[in-house]
Amino acid sequence: MITHRFAFTRPRAIHSAPDAPPPNGDESAIRATDLITGYRNGTSRRVVHRGLNLSLSRGKLTALLGPNGAGKSTLMRTLCGLQPPLGGTVWIDGEPLHALSPERRARKLAVVLTDRVDVGYMTAYALAALGRTPYTRWDGRLTAEDEAIVQEAMRAARCEALAARAVAQLSDGERQRVMIARALAQQTPIILLDEPTAFLDLPRRIEIMHLLRDLAHQTGRALLISTHDLELALRYADALWLMGGDGTFVAGTPEQVHRRGELLRVFADEGTEVRRYLQEIHQRWTTS
Amino acid sequence: MNPVARLSSTSTGQAAPSGLTGATVATNAAESFPPLGIRRGVLLGLAVFAVAAFLLSLAVGSVPIPLDEVVRVLLGVQASKDTWQTIVLVFRLPKAITALLAGAALSVAGLQMQTLFRNPLADPFALGISSGASLGVALAVLGGAAASVSVFGRAAYLGDFGLVTAASLGAAAVFALVLAIARRVQSVITLLVLGLMISYLAGAVVSVLIYFSIPEQVSAYLNWTFGSFGGVTWQQMRAFAPTLLLGLAAALFTAKPLNALLLGENYAASMGINVRAARWWVTASASLLAGAVTAFCGPIGFIGIAVPHLCRALFGSSDHRVLLPAALMLGGGLALIFDLISQMPGARAALPLNVVTSAVGAPVVLWIVLRRQSFGRV
Repeated sequence: MITHRFAFTRPRAIHSAPDAPPPNGDESAIRATDLITGYRNGTSRRVVHRGLNLSLSRGKLTALLGPNGAGKSTLMRTLCGLQPPLGGTVWIDGEPLHALSPERRARKLAVVLTDRVDVGYMTAYALAALGRTPYTRWDGRLTAEDEAIVQEAMRAARCEALAARAVAQLSDGERQRVMIARALAQQTPIILLDEPTAFLDLPRRIEIMHLLRDLAHQTGRALLISTHDLELALRYADALWLMGGDGTFVAGTPEQVHRRGELLRVFADEGTEVRRYLQEIHQRWTTS
Repeated sequence: MNPVARLSSTSTGQAAPSGLTGATVATNAAESFPPLGIRRGVLLGLAVFAVAAFLLSLAVGSVPIPLDEVVRVLLGVQASKDTWQTIVLVFRLPKAITALLAGAALSVAGLQMQTLFRNPLADPFALGISSGASLGVALAVLGGAAASVSVFGRAAYLGDFGLVTAASLGAAAVFALVLAIARRVQSVITLLVLGLMISYLAGAVVSVLIYFSIPEQVSAYLNWTFGSFGGVTWQQMRAFAPTLLLGLAAALFTAKPLNALLLGENYAASMGINVRAARWWVTASASLLAGAVTAFCGPIGFIGIAVPHLCRALFGSSDHRVLLPAALMLGGGLALIFDLISQMPGARAALPLNVVTSAVGAPVVLWIVLRRQSFGRV
């Protein structure tokens, strides 16, 4: 067994070049200023959100909440560089996202998407090992150190027992853990997860949320998830980002969001059933 | 005790940031990490298979030649009989080299296309390369007489070189078109649709040409579509071999991006792969391979679709660092075997090559589709 001093506790420690101090000297992992998200099609633009100013903290689990169509996925895709912003700048560790090369970006930011994972014949271990892609040489060969990092990532995501299993035979929850291990093996200070609890049953949702919070706290990474699991997010997230269907964006701790009654505001357009349900959650929080 | 409980107990105790090292020492008995590396033993077996098939194809034929004599000729030593010397060097060797290279090229290109399009039924011709070549040949053979001015049309009657030129031009035209577009399109699906449309367009033109042609010309065109490894002369080998070796070498450099692309283009991009550049390299090498083989040997089906699946099943792996060399060797060896079967000694006439590859290839694809179904994921 090879023992290493792993970088999970301080992912920044293993990055070769020390990063430039972030603007304003703040410690946020991601910062966006006057961000405009949306789609560009030829000369026409469709703006989803404008004037977004946000900051993602290290060592915390942040949950992005909001109704369908509010622009959560668009924001996630913009923050991880899968689509360019229509305006404004995303700062990753103090560097503008658009100026980062694909390789350098992959060492800053890992993602877990809702995309189909259909990899044919592959073990869970081999899938998690793909997380080393930004670090391997041209032929993709893994060194002993790479393998040790992947194994450590699988332990941290609590899926080491699945290592020898075929990916095709994993359950949705098991596969999600392996995908999280793959993101950990990428050794980035930031991980973005797009609806990581979708398609999972309740016990698996709780386990994944628990795992993500632990990972954020123990490894110092900045974790951002988008989710529809309101109550789980209120319970497990350290910070909430709320997006309303009308283009509002508010951020704060669950307590702050609750105290200001933001949840009810964000879902204000919804029908009476929805508002009553949110009222109940609101009251339960007030009494507890 | 779960790893995080261990983890937190070690990291809260002291300020040292080595919180997770404690977890590595206490290993769970249930965990076992399967080997990730290339399995050299099986790859070596495939190499032996390819070499054996190569020697066999030099020895077997209407005139059987002992294996040791074949080896002597290859080593540059005079064979016991002059006729053996001539048969091996003039007739069988160029054909065997052609089959070996063409089989390897089609298999590697097929593997690349299947991963790029994330489609188990993609083949080397998914981008319309062979349709372009077919159109070139059809224009030369059929259109030649129709217009009675075409240089290629006359050349086609004179020898195979005109056919090769026409097919090369057709394949090259599609190749250039695909490469020009590959960098610009947003989605890889656009490329797939493009290839499909090129095939339909070329097919329509070929049908029109056939409709207005005399039977002799149609049969000349059909002969080309049957495929053959026998048409490449030593002279043509000077263009054929370097082209394929270049394409195969380029393909081996695509293993890392192809592995990342198994998860789709979004994940590949998030893991530091320049997706557009990778897409361009994969299409360039695969199209070069498929185009060159089609130009010199005709549109040879099924090797390119079946061999990648055989390799995956054989290695139980989707790792392109294993699959690319495996497809190269298994494809080369199998093409030699197919060629041997197509002209079994004792048989009165040689079977068209495509008949043999399809007869063997179709059951393999069927088997794979049925097997996938039993997994619940077609």
